[in-house]
Amino acid sequence: MNPRFLPYLLILPVTLFLCLFFLYPFLLVAKQAFSTASGLSLENFREVTGYWKFPISMKNTLLLAAIVVPIQLALALLMATMVNRMQKGRDLILYIWTIPLGISDLAAGIIWLAIFEQSGFLNSMMNGLGVVDRPVNFLSYQHPMIVFVAIMLAEIWRATAIMLVILVAGIGLIPKEYYEAAEVFGASPWKRFLRITLPMLRPSLQTALVLRVILAFEIFAVVQALGGTLFPVLMGETYAYQFELLNGGAAAAMALIILGISIAFTLIIMRALRVPKGATI
Amino acid sequence: MAEIQIKNVAKRFGSYQALHDINLTIADQEFMVLLGASGCGKSTLLRIIAGLETATTGEVWIGGRRVDHLSPKDRGIAMVFQNYAVFPHLTVFENIGFGLRMQKLPDAEVRRRVERTAGLMHIDQLLKRYSGELSGGQRQRVAVARALAMEPDVILMDEPLSNLDALLRLEMRAELKGVLAESNTTAIYVTHDQVEAMSLADRISVMHEGRIVQAATPVEVYRNPAERFVAGFIGNPPMNFLPANRLEGGRWQVAGQTYNGPATANGAVEFAIRPEDITPSDSGLPAKVRLVEPLGAHLLVTCDVDGSMFRAILESDLNVKAGDMLALAPQTDRIRWFDPQTSLAVA
Repeated sequence: MNPRFLPYLLILPVTLFLCLFFLYPFLLVAKQAFSTASGLSLENFREVTGYWKFPISMKNTLLLAAIVVPIQLALALLMATMVNRMQKGRDLILYIWTIPLGISDLAAGIIWLAIFEQSGFLNSMMNGLGVVDRPVNFLSYQHPMIVFVAIMLAEIWRATAIMLVILVAGIGLIPKEYYEAAEVFGASPWKRFLRITLPMLRPSLQTALVLRVILAFEIFAVVQALGGTLFPVLMGETYAYQFELLNGGAAAAMALIILGISIAFTLIIMRALRVPKGATI
Repeated sequence: MAEIQIKNVAKRFGSYQALHDINLTIADQEFMVLLGASGCGKSTLLRIIAGLETATTGEVWIGGRRVDHLSPKDRGIAMVFQNYAVFPHLTVFENIGFGLRMQKLPDAEVRRRVERTAGLMHIDQLLKRYSGELSGGQRQRVAVARALAMEPDVILMDEPLSNLDALLRLEMRAELKGVLAESNTTAIYVTHDQVEAMSLADRISVMHEGRIVQAATPVEVYRNPAERFVAGFIGNPPMNFLPANRLEGGRWQVAGQTYNGPATANGAVEFAIRPEDITPSDSGLPAKVRLVEPLGAHLLVTCDVDGSMFRAILESDLNVKAGDMLALAPQTDRIRWFDPQTSLAVA
């Protein structure tokens, strides 16, 4: 056989798999989003964006991403730098820090629910210390701020490690000589981080941020567990359309809106962190 | 003024002693080359002077100031790295100006110094490029320009030419020598290439197994090796060695021939002579020719003298072939003697 075709032959199975189980359902969803009883239209989009909960869920999703992702980025960078400097026990610490990655997001939500709910750890502790005389219902409509913080904490706890793993690999690729050169030429540790680590980490930052931001727009189970209907998010609304209101067209439209936002942010991140030609390691 | 003094410096990595009690003084504006095979400790010594490595014991003084407790940036040094370490995410301009920006010099001053050193290294056309768009030689130039732009008291170079191809290395060597001579800085240059060392150095420190075995001018190191190791390391091919037996009154017998040698020594010494200090004559060391290699300007003749390998560089028009017997006469004022017990030169 002509060896030129071999690479194509080798990627054929995975391509077929993706076409069958990803591209085809995606096209079906897209078709469903644009079709109503009267034929092709934007009716589904009009319906979902016109609903009173849409602006709130959009705002909540974006706000959550805008607060959680930067905190996770900073934490992941700090943790990656620390891990990178360790001589001993590096792998052990890395394993411990990545444990939350192995837990499903619903389970993560439930763990934090166990902390924050009325009979949860936080209440028992505060009660024991005498800070409160009777348990407080933190996760109620009276404390929207606490609901938000609980979701935020759960998300940070659950999903920082995915960025950490990518950044640790990226930092490991930066040759030591650059740091030594920067040190000799007068860069303090902080300056070395700003002027060497960050810019040379751009490809890894790109990957980590794209992945994390997309996941942030898909946030669902953690919110469901901690906030329920108190804190509507886009994915929660999509779920409601599909399984509570049995409106597949509207759910498909919501899914496409989330996809659109994800693509837009991916492009922004790729653009902002692009590496100029000739400037790679 | 930047005289460098290294006092009793030793370095230990775990149980491995990389440097033993190094003492060395490098004069202001001197070009000192640390020469040795890989693993001899030359790079470690350079990195201790730079502050990238901490000595286990000992002191480093630069310009009359003790610096071994200071961070690299406070030592008045600049460094050229073996793999250049030209930052890939910065343009050539920002690379050269990196240290100046760290010192927070005004823009105009940064520009003036970057342009001046870039001109000196002939890279003023490349200031807007990234390192990925440069050749190895150009990157090397950026690395040197970055060091010079600091206007340092001391410039440290760790095998800066070893990644260049042979022709470029020759060109850069000559250029480096010129540029550094004009910059009035003290230079320490690490290399394993003896030709590079000879051609650049005011003085060479030959290092071996974590010690400096000789620190002297290139000619001195070549002509009067202080130790047998130096005699066998410097020169291509290196010195020939033959065992010598004591006769009366400071005379020594070498392969049946008699030569004047050291008056006070033990029963045995080693006779040493450079391959180019030998001429074929009527009487001399009896040599059986094993191999003849014409090198254009000369013949490199490998022989067997008294059971030892012996090499001579002879005139290219000499008619000699493998199997011939020659009498090789050493130039007597070039004969050196070594004590086989201590390996030190004896006079």
